[in-house]
Amino acid sequence: MARRTMIEAIRDAMDVMMARDDNVVVFGEDVGYFGGVFRATQGLQAKYGKSRCFDAPISELGIVGAAVGMAAYGLRPCVEIQFADYMYPGYDQIVSEAARLRYRSNGDFTCPLVVRMPTGGGISGGQTHSQSPEALFTHVAGLKTVVPSSPRDAKGLLIAAIEDPDPVIFLEPKRLYNGPFDGHHDRPVTPWSKHELGEVLDGHYIVPLGQAAIRRAGSAVTVLAYGTMVYVALAAAEETGVDAEIIDLRTLVPLDLDTITASVRKTGRCVIVHEATLTSGFGGELSALVQETCFHHLEAPIQRVAGWDTPYPHAQEWDYFPGPARLGRALLETMEQ
Amino acid sequence: MFGWNRLFRKAQTCFGWGGRDYDGDAMAENAPLSLHVPEPEVRPGGTPDFSSVRIPKAGSVARPEVDAEPESIRDLAYSIIRVLNRSGEAVGPWAGLLSDAELLAGLRHMMTLRAFDARMLMAQRQGKTSFYMQHMGEEAVSCAFRMALEPGDMNFPTYRQAGLLIAGGYPMGDMMNQIFSNERDPLKGRQLPVLYSSKKDGFFTVSGNLATQYIQAVGWAMASAVKHDTRIAVGWIGDGSTAESDFHAALVFASTYKAPVVLNIVNNQWAISTFQGIARGGSGTFAARGLGFGIPALRVDGNDYLAVYAVAKWAVERARRNLGPTLIEHVTYRVGAHSTSDDPAAYRPKTESDAWPLGDPVIRLRNHLILRGAWSEERHKQAEAEILDSVITAQKAAEQHGTLHAGGKPSVRDMFEGVYAEMPPHLRRQRHEAGV
Repeated sequence: MARRTMIEAIRDAMDVMMARDDNVVVFGEDVGYFGGVFRATQGLQAKYGKSRCFDAPISELGIVGAAVGMAAYGLRPCVEIQFADYMYPGYDQIVSEAARLRYRSNGDFTCPLVVRMPTGGGISGGQTHSQSPEALFTHVAGLKTVVPSSPRDAKGLLIAAIEDPDPVIFLEPKRLYNGPFDGHHDRPVTPWSKHELGEVLDGHYIVPLGQAAIRRAGSAVTVLAYGTMVYVALAAAEETGVDAEIIDLRTLVPLDLDTITASVRKTGRCVIVHEATLTSGFGGELSALVQETCFHHLEAPIQRVAGWDTPYPHAQEWDYFPGPARLGRALLETMEQ
Repeated sequence: MFGWNRLFRKAQTCFGWGGRDYDGDAMAENAPLSLHVPEPEVRPGGTPDFSSVRIPKAGSVARPEVDAEPESIRDLAYSIIRVLNRSGEAVGPWAGLLSDAELLAGLRHMMTLRAFDARMLMAQRQGKTSFYMQHMGEEAVSCAFRMALEPGDMNFPTYRQAGLLIAGGYPMGDMMNQIFSNERDPLKGRQLPVLYSSKKDGFFTVSGNLATQYIQAVGWAMASAVKHDTRIAVGWIGDGSTAESDFHAALVFASTYKAPVVLNIVNNQWAISTFQGIARGGSGTFAARGLGFGIPALRVDGNDYLAVYAVAKWAVERARRNLGPTLIEHVTYRVGAHSTSDDPAAYRPKTESDAWPLGDPVIRLRNHLILRGAWSEERHKQAEAEILDSVITAQKAAEQHGTLHAGGKPSVRDMFEGVYAEMPPHLRRQRHEAGV
């Protein structure tokens, strides 16, 4: 057990899996010699050799497409898309190929593939380094979509993803790489070394896909969050004094509906928060599910707090980002209903 | 900033303008631009004309060593490797690889594919399936190539390489079960007809989205190299879809990692209604696309069974010896419609296929075998009848298990299976809701 950053935990997961299974290969832009622009693969090439961890040409289509072929061969590729914002050229290979090999070939070919992508904003990255495209994956049959929120979960979820027999989209909230950022951009962030979820077990362990975690038990309102918004929600609850139950979904597909349902039936209220744009965001799906499963328990309309329906801005980042103030207002409004 | 300033000054010098001294009259001296949109030489109503297709004499193209430097064989991307001449003789350095028995087997494969296609086209018209795609005129490409491969090698085909299955001995009945989406369909009714899949036969699941398989073939080959395996991959693509980014990604990756892969382009002249010039642009030939990537690129007469086999053998050996990828352009002609949803009379002269200068692959191989004394007109007619019988027998057996709208079909439950290895809760709920 040691305290690690989320990057160190992610690297540790790949290290553990590369050591255990020589079918695991890692590649992407700047991933080999240099170890990735966020350093997630640092040292892996030196340790496992150039044919297990290598640099790829700047072609997201090529990276995902080649990985699909490798997975069909029997390898377990874990590839990096440098920023989720760069994913779109590879999207066809994810949606039409990776997600469907098993189905369309009746299990003759399968695609045990992990596509890692740093996601989300809060780093002054503007529209091309800040997007949260999770709903573009949750909408696709055949994919699993994971969003960890801590070093401990990141390692266990990534190992589970690499071992999974199906393609997994692994979205890493990059604002959480160094600490549990809660949306207060004008304050220093607690480093993971001082946070209990920065404690990462050594060696192999998994956090099963499809299991949510309750980050704060409460009785007044259920907050559904994932990634960076988990800490925004914790801050909002503390600052408003609303006794919120905060659920960290961790996996969006498959979704832990049982945990959500049990909580909302208990609290009678639900606020959903994500960084991605509002319209057709994953929050819409969550809202529909809560309405379908908890209608008779609801004492207030379900609220969604999300990024505005604009491209991710640069100078106006903190007006766009759904921080603790906005979420706090939503919590208070929900309690007034 | 230095760069911008320098560029700006250079622009001022080159184009004779500076921020304040902009001279509108100077611009007016430039002629207006116009857009170039390539057109085929002939459209419906015209007389077919392939005089612009330069066809070298059979046997005239040299056969380099398989480890030749790509730089030294660039001319192969602009020529056409041919073995069978007009008299039906096999000539030149690419000839002499196949025995009578092998050639007779090849002839039978092509004839089987043609008979199979004819029956399935008819079955589609009879409403037994929704859709079909035939190979007429292109049979040699996939049938001959298949014979150059070893067990375990993996093809990443398009929808027009069923010859890989026929020549590989895959049961026709299973192909028909897939086409009819019946209760024996190996793909459980999930896939459009002819998008077969058979891992054990080296036939990757056909996507139906164009070109995606090309980079996957490279990835599979890279995996084989990572594992120090001896198996190779083969990518397939049509002339039209070489325009997709997947094609270019495949060439970059194949070139960078020297992947043990053979990359085939089947240039059958037509991408549905779009003539090959729209995808080819100004590159002269499709094979020439490989040159910028340093990939050896060959053009072959795709209607010449012997030439396709010889070139396939050469490229497969390169891959097997870890010498890297090869790009092959098979020059052929799509005699039939693109699919049962297409009518070529709307975009090309009806008699164009008769004018195609590389002839019919079945007739050319038949004539060659007769010349060798291994075959005769009578035996050919007899073989045609036998093959048709075997196709009809297989079809009757397949139809016992249902056709698209009649008889046995895959269960609705099958629709929910196989999305994931293990069915997640939300799909279980939906299956329950559907009542299955």
